[in-house]
Formats: sequence, structure tokens, C-alpha cells
Amino acid sequence: MRGYLPDFDVRVPASLGEALELMAQAPGSYTPLAGGTDLMVVYNAGRLKPTHFLDLSRLAELRGTEEDATSLRFGALTTFTELRECRAVHQHFPNLVKSARATGALAIQNRGTLAGNIANASPAADTPPSLLAYGAELALVSPRGLRRVAYDQFHQGYKRLDMAADELLARIIVPKPLGRGFHYFRKVGTRQAQAISKTCLAAYARIEDGCVAELRIGLGSVAPAPVRARNAEAALLGKPLASLPVAAAREALLADMSPIDDIRATAHYRSVVTRNLLGQMLRELANA
Amino acid sequence: MIGASSIRKEGRAKVLGTAIYTDDKFMPGALHGLTVRSEVPRGILRAIHFGEGIPWEEFTCVTAEDIPGTNLVASVVDDQPFLIGIGEEITHSQQAVLLLAHPDKFLVEKARRAVRLEIEELPAVLDIQSSLDLQPLIYGTNNLLKEIRIAKGDPDPIWAQAAHVIEGEYRTGAQEQMYIEPNAMLSVVEPRDGLLQVTVWGSLQCPYYVHGALRQLFGLPEKQVRVVAMEMGGAFGGKEDYPSVNGGHAALLAWKSGKPVRLIYDREEDLACTTKRHPSRTRLRTAFDAEGNLLALEADFILDGGAYATLSPVVLSRGAVHAASVYRCPHVRIHARAVATNTPPPGAFRGFGAPQSLFAMERHMDVCARKLGLDAVELRRKNFLHMGDTMATGQVIREDLDLAGLMDQALAAIGYRDKRAAFALTNPGDGPIKRGVGFSVFMHGCGFTGNGESHVASVAGVEGLADGTVAVLAASTEMGQGKNTVFAQIVAEALQLPVELVDTAPVDTDHVPNSGPTVASRSTMMVGRILEDAAIGFKLALVQQGFLVEPYTPESFQAAVVKAVATLGTLRCYGQYHRPPNIQWDDVTYQGDAYPTYSWACYAAEVAVDLDTFEVKVADFVAVQEVGRVVNPTLAAGQIEGGVAQGIGWGLWEEVTMQRGRMINNQMTNYIIPTSVDLPRIQVVFLENAHAGGPGGAKGIGELPMDGPAPAVVNALENALGALRLDEVPMTPDRLLERCEEVSHG
Ligand SMILES: Cc1cc2nc3c(=O)[nH]c(=O)nc-3n(C[C@H](O)[C@H](O)[C@H](O)COP(=O)(O)OP(=O)(O)OC[C@H]3O[C@@H](n4cnc5c(N)ncnc54)[C@H](O)[C@@H]3O)c2cc1C
Repeated sequence: MRGYLPDFDVRVPASLGEALELMAQAPGSYTPLAGGTDLMVVYNAGRLKPTHFLDLSRLAELRGTEEDATSLRFGALTTFTELRECRAVHQHFPNLVKSARATGALAIQNRGTLAGNIANASPAADTPPSLLAYGAELALVSPRGLRRVAYDQFHQGYKRLDMAADELLARIIVPKPLGRGFHYFRKVGTRQAQAISKTCLAAYARIEDGCVAELRIGLGSVAPAPVRARNAEAALLGKPLASLPVAAAREALLADMSPIDDIRATAHYRSVVTRNLLGQMLRELANA
Repeated sequence: MIGASSIRKEGRAKVLGTAIYTDDKFMPGALHGLTVRSEVPRGILRAIHFGEGIPWEEFTCVTAEDIPGTNLVASVVDDQPFLIGIGEEITHSQQAVLLLAHPDKFLVEKARRAVRLEIEELPAVLDIQSSLDLQPLIYGTNNLLKEIRIAKGDPDPIWAQAAHVIEGEYRTGAQEQMYIEPNAMLSVVEPRDGLLQVTVWGSLQCPYYVHGALRQLFGLPEKQVRVVAMEMGGAFGGKEDYPSVNGGHAALLAWKSGKPVRLIYDREEDLACTTKRHPSRTRLRTAFDAEGNLLALEADFILDGGAYATLSPVVLSRGAVHAASVYRCPHVRIHARAVATNTPPPGAFRGFGAPQSLFAMERHMDVCARKLGLDAVELRRKNFLHMGDTMATGQVIREDLDLAGLMDQALAAIGYRDKRAAFALTNPGDGPIKRGVGFSVFMHGCGFTGNGESHVASVAGVEGLADGTVAVLAASTEMGQGKNTVFAQIVAEALQLPVELVDTAPVDTDHVPNSGPTVASRSTMMVGRILEDAAIGFKLALVQQGFLVEPYTPESFQAAVVKAVATLGTLRCYGQYHRPPNIQWDDVTYQGDAYPTYSWACYAAEVAVDLDTFEVKVADFVAVQEVGRVVNPTLAAGQIEGGVAQGIGWGLWEEVTMQRGRMINNQMTNYIIPTSVDLPRIQVVFLENAHAGGPGGAKGIGELPMDGPAPAVVNALENALGALRLDEVPMTPDRLLERCEEVSHG
């Protein structure tokens, strides 16, 4: 371990109220700790700045999944395993199941949380593309109260979030799709399991009268943060399944991405393969 | 016994978690050691600055000036210092400059970061071509760590006469062994009876290599140095030469501090600084007659040897000898060079140079078949070595070798013909998935190259214990391959005892003789043969001295041993390697019997390529090999499956990404080894063919499976995708995309 342990300490609040109070007293000096599957990697490598961990694990307020007629509301501490095991998630959000299944391995899925996956703000995280595709909303909590923000407005740049220093991510709210839906998710990692995404594309479309009535596409690993493919969406919206403008959509997708060369893939690979994923998604959509 | 799948001797302790690995060893008061490294690829060390905020007076610090003996790691060539001193030249980015130890393992890491090295940077050589171009000169007079020439006949007149001359260039990348247990050492240096006694416990393959290195480092006689091999979590060659370096470092810290010192690498450090497989570049030129008979072969085989010679001379030698592969060819010229670069020195890795040159030749044969308009199977069939043929070194094949039979069996098992026909119909379709099937035929020389065995003259023995059981005395180490079990089986077979009555003595240089390093697929075949002799001698001694009467039962044997030990005190019998008279080798001309024998194989792979993502899935794999007698079928199949997995990894994913001479993907997240999901079913077939040399007819198998997968997989890729420039491994998705675009863009 390359982290210097004496530089760190852990506070374990017993309630959400206590947690928020601590954060309000010294904004910015606490680092929320959920499953630790991102934080411990950075700590182990000696790249985590000295901090006070705020352990969220006792906060019952942040656990559990609630379902009502129009949405599913996931507590921040919902794990990947819980997503995989939840019947309603299978029923309404198959892409989220696929995201969870494609994340790390079982041990990571048991500990890693949905809020951690979002708040860690990695462009390569695997649930954000699905959450973008389903039009998720986030509920943030602070001593000032509860605030809701559309998830596609939450990422503001590389590791920049619409989240104040005294705020915690409390809930992830995902509206249930209505009507005849089409779901597509594909992660291209460095290998078939235990891999970080080189690119990832999730899509949800509502089909009405043989046309694309509603469409959201979420992309991972091709921009400084998870992004909606708004240009590609615009090229496809309202179009009949029988004659989807595939070439135009692929072209439009270029404007949605700003991929880089890194240790896992070249920008060129990301650009080509993401367009191919869109192509595959459209082949499936055409047959839906 | 021999031929039975006896259960792994140390398996129970491993499964129960009671096996003691180096870091588990209880050692009260041990300090934690760490190494401060240069971080620049080349330069002159001007000063070491100890930063603020660290209680330096509590630390043990070792620099080059402290070294009591010789500051050179004992190896094939003694060119590598343990530590670089002020004013000396740093030659790679992971060069050790300073050693630190402290009781607090967190503080020692903090201290490491507080050290600042003042280095005057010099221009560095970071690849093969710059080294060949002497841009700049960094090693000796020509940047060569070793050069070898092998000649048979004279290819020169052939090129003009031949119907076809085909050239190709092939490259292979570095590969990390990725043993689960990173390199680890524990050392105590203390006076005993007025003499300094250096002891090292470690995760190491070759106790006597480390022993030799410590003697030279401290300038001590044999008796004052002791090396103990602990339980080991894998090695694959990665703990063959490197332990001489970190073993020395641990001992230096223990000596200076007067306390036990642990030097346990974490994964990042292990990946960044320890040895890897040598990157290679091979240029081949082959001449064929109109029917496809191979007339001449020229190979220019180059390994990137890094900053010091380490084992490069011997890795190069094995690679050079394997460069002509399994083909009969009257005129051969092989020019092999290991070049110096300012990168951390590569070293031993399963296959030891052979996977590199065999990849080139087995890819080249497929390329030749395409260019000649011949079937890859038939081209090989025409040119295989047979009994009575001579190899490139002039070695005569003395066994009844049937490579065509081996190949046909592998091809039948994977359904080669049917699949080729089916894929020819399906691949032209619109779908993104393209399928292919390919294969490679190859051999692996068993034991050391050339006179290696004669030089080492290994000794191994058996000992009778007070409880009547028998212990194997050998410095060969268990790294998961099954040495403990196989040695026990060989001795049990020779003594006609159940295998439960034989076990392995701890591998401790104070107690076991030098049976040579645990490398080169040599332990079962070479050491096993010596043990067979020793066991028979042991039994004869018991009989001759009247303790044992033949025929005997296990019970009466055990009783005889109990009595003999009680009467004589100790009861040991040793055997030693003797060169068989029909094996001749000339180190200067590289002519003769490069190996006492070879294992032979044909591997076939089916791949599915996704042209949306350029991901390659190996869908099916068949490994057929002739390895003499199989001593333990379960362990042997495990060796093959593991080697195939490692070979596929090398072929498709495992890439050491370097930046300014440093590995930057030195984490398991970014250095991509295959998981079980990435691998196919691996069908393993052994063809047995008793060879007189090894115990019960066994040959070596440990390295063989590393040689064949990469060319088989890449040949299958060519079948799936057509004639792309598939000349390099790993053929990662990014690289495959590039190669596809070369074709589509013309
Ligand atoms: C071996 C391994 C494999 C992995 N594979 C994948 C993969 O395939 N795909 C993938 O997407 N990820 C992967 N990860 C990353 C990781 O598991 C996920 O990002 C996980 O969701 C993080 O959740 P956590 O609860 O462990 O977060 P933590 O590590 O506890 O926290 C992560 C970040 O989120 C912040 N945070 C956590 N909860 C809150 C909250 N409620 N409010 C505000 N901020 C909060 C923390 O302060 C921290 O900055 C892998 C990790 C490992 C170690």
C-alpha cells in the first residue's frame, strides 16, 4: 500500500443528519466513502490526497429501492448486485442490468454502489450510459435541503459535477419507459470480464407507428464525462424504422464524441468502434 | 506412480491457507525495505537529496558505497550493478540507487517519495532500430549483448536459382509473467561463531543462482551463505534471474541494519522493474522450388535485451536454434543478436526466446503458402523433418518423428477442413463476425541449450528419514508446476513404493545439493532422471548392507529404512548428470546436438473476429503434443492449458506499453491477461513416445505450450480476414483495426 495511513481518518456518522452536519461544518474536507472500490484503488496507489473519509455505510436513508407507478428510486448505496437481483430493474431497465453485470467481477459488484459509480465521475463508468439512456434524475441532499437535477446536466466536464462540497448524492430516480421500447447496451472493454470500457453505448428508444418516437443514447469513454449523443439522436428522431438514416446518424455521432488516446485505446479506435456500435444498434432497432 | 495423476503434494496446505509464502514468514522485529529507483532512462547520478519531514536517523539507508563485496550481479555476464553510485551511469528507468528500511512500512513509502535524485540526463536508446544504428552507443563497442551465427550449407547461390524467394518481417512484444505472488525476499545477516552468515528466504526459482549472487555481493565463502526457497505463487521464469537482484538488496539492508528485512514488491513495482519476455524482430527469407520444397532459409533474429546482458545470451541462443523450426532445409543461415536498450532488462520467461522465433517462422509458413498458392497443411507436410534429417545445427533426428501424423490429428480434432469450407461460405456475408481456423507446428528443445547441462553437472539425491519415509534432496523449486509431486512419483516408481512414502525435503542450500535451476523444462526430464539413479542406488545400498531383502513390501521397505537410519545416523544417496556419449555440442561453431531431445506439437485455433469492435474471440483450441512419457496426466494437462492461456494472451492482448523507457500500464487493470471468459475450451492430447533420456521416458513440457498459440491464432485470423499485415503480436483490437484499414484504404 502506497498511501500513508496516518494521513487519513474515517468518520462513521450514524444518520444522514449527522453526516450532513459534519460536511457543513467543514465543507470540502470530507470524502464520502461508499463501497470504496474506487477510493481504495487510488489510496493503494498512493495517489489519494490526505482526507477525512465519511463512511456512508450506516446511513439507512441512502439504501433500498422504491418503486411507484412511474419510476424506480434507487438509494445511493444500491450495489451492482442489488441491481442485478431486482426484478423491477430486469423488467423496466434491462440496460442497467447489463451495465451492472459488465462491471468488475462479483466482489466488486457486491461492494460498489450506483452513487459511487456516478460521483466518481469516471468517463469510463458503465452505469452512466444506461442512466443517460433512461433519462435518469438525481436527488442531492445537503443541510439546505433536497435538490433534483437531470442526470444529463450533472456532468460538467472532466471530473466536474453539479454537486456542492456539502452535498451528498441521495437517490437516483429513473422513470419507467412507457409504450413499446427498444433497449440496447454494449460495452467494449479491454477483455470480456474485469475490464474497463474502451467505449460503451446504451440506448433507449420508444417506437410508435413504426417510427422512432423517443430516443436517448448514452456514451461512455469517448468524452471527458459520460455524454448523451444528442446529434445522433436528432438525426434519428421521428424516422421510420424501415429507413433509418444510418450513415447520417453515424456521421452525426462524430460531433457527440471527443475521444482521446490513452492507455486502453486510441482515439481513432474509439471513434470507429463507437460508430460501429451505433450501426449495430440501428440494425437491431430496424428489426425491432 | 509414473503415469498416475497423484494429488499435488503441497495442495492441501495451499488450499487450507497454511502454506508459508515469503511474506507470511514470522520474523519478529523485521524492517520493511524499499527501493529508490532512477525514473529516467539514462543519465549520470549526481546526488541523492534526502527531503524534509522524514526522521532519516531512524532509517537504514544503503547506497553503492556500502557494498562489502562486488557491486555486480552474478549472471551469464557480470555487467549489472546492484546499486548505482554517485557519478555512475544510470542505464534504465528502474535502476536501483538507494535502499531504505524502517519498522513502519507506511513511513518507508513516504520516505521513498521524499528522496530526490539529481541526474544529468543523457540521450537514451529505447528501441531495437536505434540500438542497431548506434544512436547513440550505450553498450560495449557495438550495442550488442550477444551475437550468434548458425550456418548449414550455403544459401547464397540458392536465391537466384530458386523458383520462389519470399521475405517477411515479424515482431513480438514484451510480456509480463504475471505470477500471482509478486517478487518477495526476507533476509537476516548475523554473525555466527564469529563469521558473517547471510540468509535469504524468498520467492525464487533457482536457489543456487541467488546463492552465487550473494557470495559475490558479500565476498563470502559458500558456507556463509544460505538460501531457502519458500512456497511460491508462480514464477514462469520471472523468478529465475531477478531474485539475484532483489535477494541482494534485501541482504544488504539486513546486513547494514543488523535486523531482519522484508523486501516485498507490490504489483506496480513488480510490473515496472522486473524482467519480461524479450521483444523481438525477425526477418526471414526463404527459397522454395516450384513444388514448394524449402531450399534455403535465412533468419535475422533480434531481441531487445534491455540495459544489461542478464540472461539475454542464453535466451538468444534458444531462440536462434528454434528459428528454423520443424522444417528440413539444406541451406540455413541464422544471424541472431541481442541488442542493448535503455529499458529495464528482460529475462527468462517460459519459452525463453523460442516463442519469438517460432512465431515468425510459423506465421511465415502460412504467408509462403498463400504466396505459393499452396495449402498451408500441404506446404508443411512436404517440408517436415523426419528421422535421419539434420537440423540447422547439424543435429541428426534420431527418433521416429511423425510430424505429419501429429498435425493431422490436431486438424481432425478441431475439424479444420470442414470449418475452412464452412467459413469460406459464411464469411463473405454481411454480418460483422468473421471466422477462421489456423494452426502451428513446432518443437521445444528439452533442457538447457548446448553444453548447459554439462556445465551445471546437477546433483540430486534421496534421503531415508527416521520414520522410514524417503525425502527428495534437490534444489529444484515448486512454483505450482508440480515438481514436488512429480519427483515423488519418480522416486516412488524407482523404489516401488506408494507415492505417500516419498516427500520433498525443504529447498534450503544448507541441506540440498545443486540440482540446477528450475528452468528450461528440465526438472522432470533431467533432475528426474538423476533422482531415478539416486533412488536405485539408495535401494541397492540398503540391500547390500543387509537392511533390505528383495522382493519387499512397502512396510518392509519402511522398516528397513527405520533400521538403517537408526544404525547409520544419516542415509543419503546422490546421483549426478552425465552427458550421454552420443550428445555433442560445440559452443563456438553452434554445431551439434543443441538439445538431448525435443518435444513436438501441433496447435490449432478457431477464432471469431467481430469487425464492429475488432475483438477476437478464440472459439476453440486443440493442443496435440508428443512429450515422451507423461508422468502425471493432470499436472501435465494443467501445464498445457496454462501455457496455451499465456500464449493466447501474448498473441492477442498482453502489451507492455512503454513511455520514455518506463512501463506505464503497470497495473493488472491495464496490462490485460485473459480471464476464464476470454479463453476457449482447450482440448489437450498427449501422444506418448518413450524416450530413453528422461525418467520412465519423460521429456520436458513446461515451455512447449507457450510456443504454439500465438502463431496458430494469428494464422486463424488470416483465414478469417484474408491477407492483412498480420505480422505482429499482440494483435490487439486497436492494431487489428489499423491493419484492416491499411487494406481498405489501399
Ligand atoms: C477491480 C475493479 C473493477 C472495476 N470494474 C469496473 C467496471 O467494469 N465498470 C465500472 O464502471 N466501474 C468499475 N470499477 C469501479 C468501481 O467499482 C465503481 O465505480 C463503483 O461504482 C464505485 O462505487 P463505490 O461505492 O465503491 O465508490 P467509492 O470508492 O466509495 O467512492 C467513489 C467516489 O464517489 C464518491 N461518493 C460515493 N458515494 C457518494 C454519495 N452518496 N454522494 C456523493 N459522493 C459519493 C466518493 O467520495 C468517491 O469520490 C471497478 C473497480 C475495481 C476495483
